Amino acid sequence: MSTFWGSLAEAASLILAWDPALVEIIGLSLRVTLTAVVFGCLIGLPLGAVAGAFRFPGRPVLIVALNALMGLPPVVIGLLVYLSLSSSGPLGPLQLLYTPTAMIIAQTVLVTPIIAALTRQVVEDLHGEYAEQFASLGVGRVDRMTALLWDARYSLLTVVLAGFGRAVAEVGAVIIVGGNINHVTRVMTTAIALETSKGNLELALALGMVLLVLAFAVNAAVMALRASAVRAAYA
Amino acid sequence: MLRLVLSSLVLSACMAVSAHAEDRFIILQSTTSTQNSGLFDHLLPKFQDATGIAVRVVAVGTGQAIRNAANGDGDVLLVHAKSAEERFVAEGHGIARHNVMYNDFVIVGPPDDPAGGTAVNDATLAFEKIAEARVPFVSRGDDSGTHKAELRLWQAAGIDAVSASGTWYRETGSGMGATLNIGIGMGAYVMTDRATWIAFGNKGDHRILLEGDARLFNQYGIIAVNPARHPSVKAGDAQAFVDWILSSEGQAGIAAYTVDGQQLFFPNAE
Amino acid sequence: MRDLAESMSDLNTTAEPVMSAHGLSYGTGRETHLGPLDLAIRAGRSTVIMGANGAGKSVLIRLLHGLLTPTRGQILWHGAALKAGARKRQAMVFQRPVLLRRSVLGNLRFALRVRGVRKGDRVAREQAALDAAKLSHAKDRPARRLSIGEQQRLAVARALSTSPEVLFLDEPTASLDPASTLAIEAQIAEAKAAGVTIVLVTHDAGQARRVGDDVIFLDAGRVAEQGRASDVLTAPQSPEAQAWLSGDLRLAASGTTGL
Repeated sequence: MSTFWGSLAEAASLILAWDPALVEIIGLSLRVTLTAVVFGCLIGLPLGAVAGAFRFPGRPVLIVALNALMGLPPVVIGLLVYLSLSSSGPLGPLQLLYTPTAMIIAQTVLVTPIIAALTRQVVEDLHGEYAEQFASLGVGRVDRMTALLWDARYSLLTVVLAGFGRAVAEVGAVIIVGGNINHVTRVMTTAIALETSKGNLELALALGMVLLVLAFAVNAAVMALRASAVRAAYA
Repeated sequence: MLRLVLSSLVLSACMAVSAHAEDRFIILQSTTSTQNSGLFDHLLPKFQDATGIAVRVVAVGTGQAIRNAANGDGDVLLVHAKSAEERFVAEGHGIARHNVMYNDFVIVGPPDDPAGGTAVNDATLAFEKIAEARVPFVSRGDDSGTHKAELRLWQAAGIDAVSASGTWYRETGSGMGATLNIGIGMGAYVMTDRATWIAFGNKGDHRILLEGDARLFNQYGIIAVNPARHPSVKAGDAQAFVDWILSSEGQAGIAAYTVDGQQLFFPNAE
Repeated sequence: MRDLAESMSDLNTTAEPVMSAHGLSYGTGRETHLGPLDLAIRAGRSTVIMGANGAGKSVLIRLLHGLLTPTRGQILWHGAALKAGARKRQAMVFQRPVLLRRSVLGNLRFALRVRGVRKGDRVAREQAALDAAKLSHAKDRPARRLSIGEQQRLAVARALSTSPEVLFLDEPTASLDPASTLAIEAQIAEAKAAGVTIVLVTHDAGQARRVGDDVIFLDAGRVAEQGRASDVLTAPQSPEAQAWLSGDLRLAASGTTGL
């Protein structure tokens, strides 16, 4: 238990000291994950909306696939992306391996099914409410999709945060495609793995606590944003 | 407000993609034990100062490092598994193999030494005692240089430890650090390289119980990846690094690296 | 049971039906929920569809509006077979107001945009709808935060803003208090005065009396009776209508069951 309190103290001092190495790592974690979440939304939100609002052949298969892919292990994604980006792989000429871009690609692959699958459920539930009125008004396909996505925006915010949480906490994908290179591709989770492998457990745990604080901060910021938007709607 | 957040997100995305665009760098595929010892943090800046070439280290298990290099995903390979290295060159992935440095392996264990009498210089004797007493022994079990060296010792002692896997012989399939964490947690014996042990932060009460046997010698080799086989390799800069590390400057740098006053690696390039 | 021809001659009018149904039937699986039945909706008048719960009123109105496809029979729109495009000349209001999570104005704008109303025309119609619903003061408020009476007024105004020929309403005031009910009925009356054909499903005989010109009385998926509202409601001829109306609390209280 002394490890725990020691780590808590170390985490606090790391944060307060604004340790430059730590700041760099946090910065990269946020940039990689946030970018991946943005791309994940660009693909996943429309995909989920289409699957939720429309009927088409193969729809049940798509839904099962999306739901199943939510459980894809990050390390497997890391392997697949590594094999694709490797110099001997199909995308080798791009020379993207061991760069933050590779990490973004891997995390986008991780996050997109989660966003798509959950969006699909949210939109499908909502669509039930609106189906008859939309049919009556003659709402076209694109309008239906965008109207449902906008209408579900608060639920979708939680979906996006779920994607963020999954990505910021994973290590399997980013460590294989990024290589955990100091000052280049080292993020919070890979740093924690490194310190653990060195036996520096207190530091590893302290970094873990900092990661938790980070996740809290992001979620709190999003909720504050939402609250101010709701307040503005009342004015 | 929303636009401010959105635009800063987009800006971050652009920054992430173009982050750390250094002018010249090579990728060095090496092992976690070498990385964790701190040698690279000490040595590589010297090379960068001398040549302006940054060295980006991808530290993974030995097998993975060799495989990555064989895929052309590295410019230089530095591991400690001589026969695998020689095979790497024979298969055309590397130009040539050179000795760089050596250190040694040690056996660490709980202070009360339950197997009895391991505080000797004879590794095979120690292994026999451990197997006889059926005291827990944690192995890396991951085909790394360390693991292969360990298996050679069991073979020399005439003991088939792997068949006892899951009982007193535990295979973690993990790197040195994780294996040490597990072994110390179990009060077991572990074979580790000295460099990792000295730098390790979670020793608990464990101490070195066996050292000095000639068979615990651990040789490191460096290989430049073959540009004829993998055209994307930065052949010129990779060779510059190999040449530098084998030069008197590089070798002195290796010898100068100490932790707690102890030298961890001994240069032995020809 | 009166057939279509009798009803038409009784009404003594030359008004052409804007919609009519012939041999209309709807079922799922082995069950027939509705029909076969024949009916006519006359232009510019307000037709009330009544009956007990489960009689098929909701199914019928959805068939007419094209939200359900008949299993048998035909629906005619201006004398021709009903096609998907006809729905653009119609609008519907449901029992619970279906509004998007955006402002009052946003909801109006959405409907008008979907119906392809041009921007210049749109602004005028939005204002007209707000005035008709008496919601100008709340145009930027989230629509879902209005009281349910106000939400339904908005839903009716939204439907009318698209200038439909026929306005369908499926029990629009079932969840509303008397004041809101009268407000909705006023909107309906205004629409009818402007020439919109009204088709209203209700289980409230008082509302049928206030709002309806013609009544179609359904029982167990068949037309039990149809004719002028004043006739059917005061002197129902069919046993089903008589039985149902005699059980109506308001009519019983005012003692005008006419049995």
